[in-house]
Amino acid sequence: MTTMQKLLQLPVNAVNIVKTVQSQVQGQEEDKSPVLTPDSGQHSWYNALQPDELRHLRSGGTGGGGGGGGDQEERAPLEEGGGGGSSGGTFQTQPLRHDDLKEMLDSNKDSLKLEAMKRIVAMIARGKNASDLFPAVVKNVACKNIEVKKLVYVYLVRYAEEQQDLALLSISTFQRGLKDPNQLIRASALRVLSSIRVTIIVPIMMLAIKEAASDMSPYVRKTAAHAIPKLYSLDPEQKDQLIEVIEKLLADKTTLVAGSVVMAFEEVCPERIDLIHKNYRKLCNLLIDVEEWGQVVIINMLTRYARTQFLNPNINESLLEEGGGGEKTFYGSDEDEDEDEEEKEKKAEVAAMAKRKPYVMDPDHRLLLRNTKPLLQSRNAAVVMAVAQLYFHLAPKAEVGVIAKALVRLLRSHSEVQYVVLQNVATMTIKRRGMFEPYLKSFYIRSTDPTQIKVLKLEVLTNLANETNISTILREFQTYIKSMDKDFVAATIQAIGRCATNIGEVRDTCLNGLVQLLSNRDELVVAESVVVIKKLLQMQPEKHSDIIKHMAKLTDNIQVPMARASILWLIGEYCEHVPKIAPDVLRKMAKSFTNEEDIVKLQIINLAAKLYLTNSKQTKLLTQYVLNLAKYDQNYDIRDRARFIRQLIVPTEKSGALSKYAKKLFLALKPAPVLESPFKDRDHFQLGSLSHLLNAKAGGYQELPDWPEAAPDPSVRNVEVKESVFTLLERVTTLTSVPEWTKCSSREKRKEKKVEKPFYSDSEGESGPTESADSESDSASGSESGSGSEESGSGSESEESEEGSESEEEEEEEEEKDKKKKKKELKKPVPETESEQSSEEEDRKIKRKSKQRKSDSESESDEDEESESESSQSESEDSESEIEVKKKKKTAEMKPPSKPVKKETKKEKKEMSLLDLDDFEPAPSPQVTPVNTFLSNSLVTDLEGLSLSDSVLSPATIAPSSVLKNYELLHRITGEGLSVEYCFSRQPFSPDANMVAVQMQFTNSATSDTKNLHMEDVKLQSGMRVKEFPEIELLSAGETAMAVMGIDFCDSTQAANFQLCTHTRKFFVSIQPPVGELMRPIFLTENEFKKEQEKLLQNLGQLMGMNEITEKLTLDAKCRNEHAIVQRVTTAANLSRVPCGSDKECRFAGRTVTSSSLVLVTVATKEEGAAQLTVNCEKMVIGTMLVKDILLALTQ
Amino acid sequence: MIHSLFLINHSGDIFLEKHWKSVISRSVCDYFFEVKEKAVDPENVPPVLQTPHHYLISIYRGKLFFLSVVQTEVPPLFVIEFLHRVADTFQDYFGECSEGVIKDNLVTVYELLEEMLDNGFPLATESNVLKEMIRPPNILRSVVNTLTGGSNVGDTLPTGQLSNVPWRRAGVKYTNNEAYFDVVEEIDAILDKSGTTVFAEIQGVVEACVRLTGMPDLTLSFMNPRLLDDMSFHPCVRFKRWESERVLSFIPPDGNFTLMTYHVSSQNLVAIPVYVKQNINFFETGSCGRLDITIGPKQNMGKTVEGLMVTIHMPKVVLSANLTATQGNYTYDLTTKVLVWDIGKLNPQKLPNLRGSLSMQAGAPKPEENPSLNIDLKIQQLAISGLKVSRLDMYGEKYKPFKGVKYLTKAGKFQRLSLSFL
Repeated sequence: MTTMQKLLQLPVNAVNIVKTVQSQVQGQEEDKSPVLTPDSGQHSWYNALQPDELRHLRSGGTGGGGGGGGDQEERAPLEEGGGGGSSGGTFQTQPLRHDDLKEMLDSNKDSLKLEAMKRIVAMIARGKNASDLFPAVVKNVACKNIEVKKLVYVYLVRYAEEQQDLALLSISTFQRGLKDPNQLIRASALRVLSSIRVTIIVPIMMLAIKEAASDMSPYVRKTAAHAIPKLYSLDPEQKDQLIEVIEKLLADKTTLVAGSVVMAFEEVCPERIDLIHKNYRKLCNLLIDVEEWGQVVIINMLTRYARTQFLNPNINESLLEEGGGGEKTFYGSDEDEDEDEEEKEKKAEVAAMAKRKPYVMDPDHRLLLRNTKPLLQSRNAAVVMAVAQLYFHLAPKAEVGVIAKALVRLLRSHSEVQYVVLQNVATMTIKRRGMFEPYLKSFYIRSTDPTQIKVLKLEVLTNLANETNISTILREFQTYIKSMDKDFVAATIQAIGRCATNIGEVRDTCLNGLVQLLSNRDELVVAESVVVIKKLLQMQPEKHSDIIKHMAKLTDNIQVPMARASILWLIGEYCEHVPKIAPDVLRKMAKSFTNEEDIVKLQIINLAAKLYLTNSKQTKLLTQYVLNLAKYDQNYDIRDRARFIRQLIVPTEKSGALSKYAKKLFLALKPAPVLESPFKDRDHFQLGSLSHLLNAKAGGYQELPDWPEAAPDPSVRNVEVKESVFTLLERVTTLTSVPEWTKCSSREKRKEKKVEKPFYSDSEGESGPTESADSESDSASGSESGSGSEESGSGSESEESEEGSESEEEEEEEEEKDKKKKKKELKKPVPETESEQSSEEEDRKIKRKSKQRKSDSESESDEDEESESESSQSESEDSESEIEVKKKKKTAEMKPPSKPVKKETKKEKKEMSLLDLDDFEPAPSPQVTPVNTFLSNSLVTDLEGLSLSDSVLSPATIAPSSVLKNYELLHRITGEGLSVEYCFSRQPFSPDANMVAVQMQFTNSATSDTKNLHMEDVKLQSGMRVKEFPEIELLSAGETAMAVMGIDFCDSTQAANFQLCTHTRKFFVSIQPPVGELMRPIFLTENEFKKEQEKLLQNLGQLMGMNEITEKLTLDAKCRNEHAIVQRVTTAANLSRVPCGSDKECRFAGRTVTSSSLVLVTVATKEEGAAQLTVNCEKMVIGTMLVKDILLALTQ
Repeated sequence: MIHSLFLINHSGDIFLEKHWKSVISRSVCDYFFEVKEKAVDPENVPPVLQTPHHYLISIYRGKLFFLSVVQTEVPPLFVIEFLHRVADTFQDYFGECSEGVIKDNLVTVYELLEEMLDNGFPLATESNVLKEMIRPPNILRSVVNTLTGGSNVGDTLPTGQLSNVPWRRAGVKYTNNEAYFDVVEEIDAILDKSGTTVFAEIQGVVEACVRLTGMPDLTLSFMNPRLLDDMSFHPCVRFKRWESERVLSFIPPDGNFTLMTYHVSSQNLVAIPVYVKQNINFFETGSCGRLDITIGPKQNMGKTVEGLMVTIHMPKVVLSANLTATQGNYTYDLTTKVLVWDIGKLNPQKLPNLRGSLSMQAGAPKPEENPSLNIDLKIQQLAISGLKVSRLDMYGEKYKPFKGVKYLTKAGKFQRLSLSFL
């Protein structure tokens, strides 16, 4: 681009052209200015804006002459003289130059003023002093031209502090501006007023802020929020008043204000955490719609808030296992008693809860985690990091993993972002290594990375190293060692050293590798290796005298002082391992002593002392020689050391008692150094903070508090939200003209709020009577979130125009609504508010329901149950619907009778549906286990159908339909609405006869559809195989689906682990078969059975008894007849009964699925319940486990 | 938060300063210069520095340092991200972000900075909001303004500031309504000595250019959204909708923007479009070496590979290269020791080859490690991950827009480790 073109592009220059025309017209005016002489006029214009351009030209050598003079202004006064040129002289005195500007400012032409202001601002931008123009500029503060005005503002803000008195002249203009009907002008007036750091106007500012805080325009309110910290920094005395304003603004409902006011809160009163309580839920719900920068601030603040208000979610690590344990006893229990069993269990659980108070996450805590999670997808790295640190500090361990992917994504960003992210990842990897392990390769180093990034990646890789991946990591390190970047190579060697100390298995390998590096050509590499080897050897010196010898030889070659010192120290420390070499090394060192570096000298003295103590015969003279040399060394440190050591080791009359202990002093066992990550313990700083990055507390850093012992009262967060819900909800209902697509999304949102409920009722479970209060608050926050995000979701015209241009009206409207709402409140007793809020949607739901009921009563029961689950979350998953029903009735009864008609009908309908449900569910019978009531009825019939066919196939088996036990694969809560149960269907798995068929039932109790259910990432023990179930494309809300998968367990009870994936989530699940499911029944006659049994016994004649296990037992009271025994055994194991003449003996036969080994079971009953159980099986392990399982089945 | 900003050029001159609170002397930058001297390479200057009273957070963009001064605790990424946003805005306004262009538009830059931060806290960073407040410079307007006395500064509050869609301004009008989407994918890969993939992943980005009248609501759906492993969205994308339906639903900003970036992990085997046979030897005696590189196509889905370029950072001891290329031409920069072989289009019939000898400094030991190759390439009309846009629907407006999708695959950080002697 040529200069000419640039000239044309520049508005300023365009002005110049015009200006020259003007100058002809207004000749006399121009003449006053000494700068604007005809020949230099152009130049001076030039100067103000592009002196560098000119300098560039001059240095280029083209057109230099003219530009030379123009460059003056840019140069320091010293250079000015050299510039020469016709205009040079006129530049000598700055004030003169500014006269010209002043004149322009005084003129009545806006274009001239603008030009002058532009030049002044350009001066400010380049750091030139323009303060003497203050009076001239400040006059223009009332200028009509908005651009001039803005530039004057820029000037004012910059210089007002220096010229306080003059600045006061402008105040009245701003005060007028504060009343302007244009919100932009009001806002900018407040902005400038608050930016002028003049203490006298503090009261004016305070007043303005207060006024603006209740301005109709949210933009002005936002500006008010920004003004708060400005005033605070100017006059901290105003704190109390400012807190009041903050409190008021915190209650603001617009997303625009939220970020700014939290920022103000953080700067003015971060300790007043109590101000947040009432706004907590609102902030959580608004979060996603706040602008990015506000999100960062809010998330960071909420992290601190949550740390003070909620309990540590990881406090009760064992909780999950406990749940699993409960289930296991359940496995063993018998069907007949299952019902009682379960009730007992529940009671026990409740009792245990009361005793141990297991951790229940506060619903607000959950709300925060859930609402921040989507922000991990933000394009803004700071937001992602903020969410990541929030999860790291607040989430239960199992959930922290989600942040890893997002953080790894940031590694693709600018190198500065990488730098910060890697620092944080390094800290995280120390605490939660597992989280980043899957992304190991993302931390591999590229030769194009800057060194600082390389070193950080290396740190992360080192932290991630463990027994399983160390070989890949070391291989990677090997390539790094050859890098041309020597600092990086040194860091790699250090990293290898750390891996070696942390992972015992590879210590020798690493050591060998490092020893090989000792012959590297690069001295730095060798030196670094020596230092690291020294540290490693200290851990187990005995084994490695070879290496020490090898290193002793190196002293001839290595020049790097640190390395030489390290070698000498090693030899001295382990001189006993190298008794011959050590004195020789000392001899050489003594020769070169005077030429060594200080640290080497010190180590030579040390070596000498140690050798003298162990081997004084050979080294006495040498030591004395060295000490003598040291005595006259230039360095006093060395002289001191020599004197000190001489006194210690050479006994004289004068030497004190210490010399006796010289050996102990010098040759004491020294602890091996611990090679630690520099990022250890950094996590006491809040991650993502400046303090964390610097590993030092920065000014204004707010400590991340420790979790409280007991949770503070959660009800503090309840109050205000209730009111806002009204307005918001009403607003939602008034939005009648929602376009089609937004409707759908808003419905989704509404559904979402249902999902929220369970968390609330969680705590509610035990305390039934308080429910009303609790659920009220919950639905309040729920619908808040719904409508809150709806605002964004339906960011369509209607919503927007309401918010935007007609914001004032909106305000009024809101007020009106407030009034209305208050009236309503007066009319109705509190508990009804709940029904009121949800009435509308409930209505819709009911309608839908009734429709559905007509067509499909099954799904109806399902859906009902789904809504029920919300109120009774605390019940265990397999709870009977009866209880739910009761509970529902209870809640229904609790509702006061004085209800609107709508409500009445609703209740009726609800109860009708309940009745339906009762009718529908058959009373628990021994045939249908209570567990199954949880399944949809279609499944039950399905199963029954299956079992029928089954019983046809093997008539001797007692229909196993009743005995199919359901196990839980995925709990409804962890699955976020998706629950999966599985049972071993005991059907042959057609695609592969060696597989056990596992029938899975997916229930989507969430309110949104689940798609693409499939499995991934199957992790199996060797030999095991899995046939995946076909992908389920769509599982709509409330639906259930079945799928069958096959697993070849290889006749072992190892679990099959895999991930169950939906379109949004992945869940780690595992299926572990009870041993009884690893076999299939075979049909044998009694004779065949006996033959096989004998064969088995004879097969391994010498090891007689190895494949027969016999146990004596006492049968359970309810299980004394043949029928019961058969049922229980077939429940426990998939065996078929062998027809038998005697009724004292029951025999069962089967083969294991994979290897077809025979399994024979005999139960012989005797008097009074005594019995003997015999199991014959080639596979001893299976046999033993089977005995245990059957014993349990028969005795309980 | 952000106290002051200094713009510093490559040679260490401060050519712009802006203070949002009280003035901080520019001598604070001396700490920075000290570190910068030490670091040699500007990329190695730590982004965060601590001085006795201040913290300096800087980014390096377009040979410029954006150095911000903060005094109290602030998330460093917050500042870094903001500084990059400032640089992006300059780029957006002036076409490039360089010293010259900033100096040329000093006043506009200053006005922009004034709007972007208030008291150190970001105020307006959405490009479309800024553009309504401060209009980007162009010749026509500046001429008109000088004649009519108009200004480049808007006098009403941009509607975007107040709405829930701050990224879109109201009253957009076009005669040709069009929406274009570019799906650009970059392959990041490290191949080891033997040519096997050590690490490969695809980073994709959907760039959009939307010029639509009014307030359109778009829905973009993919044929195979399950490919996407991890993504980040422009704030306009409705996340919930993506979560549940895997479609991108959004009210687009006006003009160019990045709709989403995504990541396809190495699990879904990344196709490497070319293979490289290479042989670089340095001889122990005679201070010379041999180089022989051949590139051939591999898994390129029937599309031509274009813009092929190989960059090799040679060891310091390599003085010159005497090579012959069957296709394209090569340059060897003696000072930076970078060998660049610009091949252009890859012809599968006649594979490009570069061979010849390297001469090394006499007496110097042979380099220990062979240099690695960085490969650059482009494939038009192909998204290597296989991602395909299935359809774009528009709601909320009546007219029929013109729609288009373009695919492009590029090499990102594509590295081939060299054969070495050992």
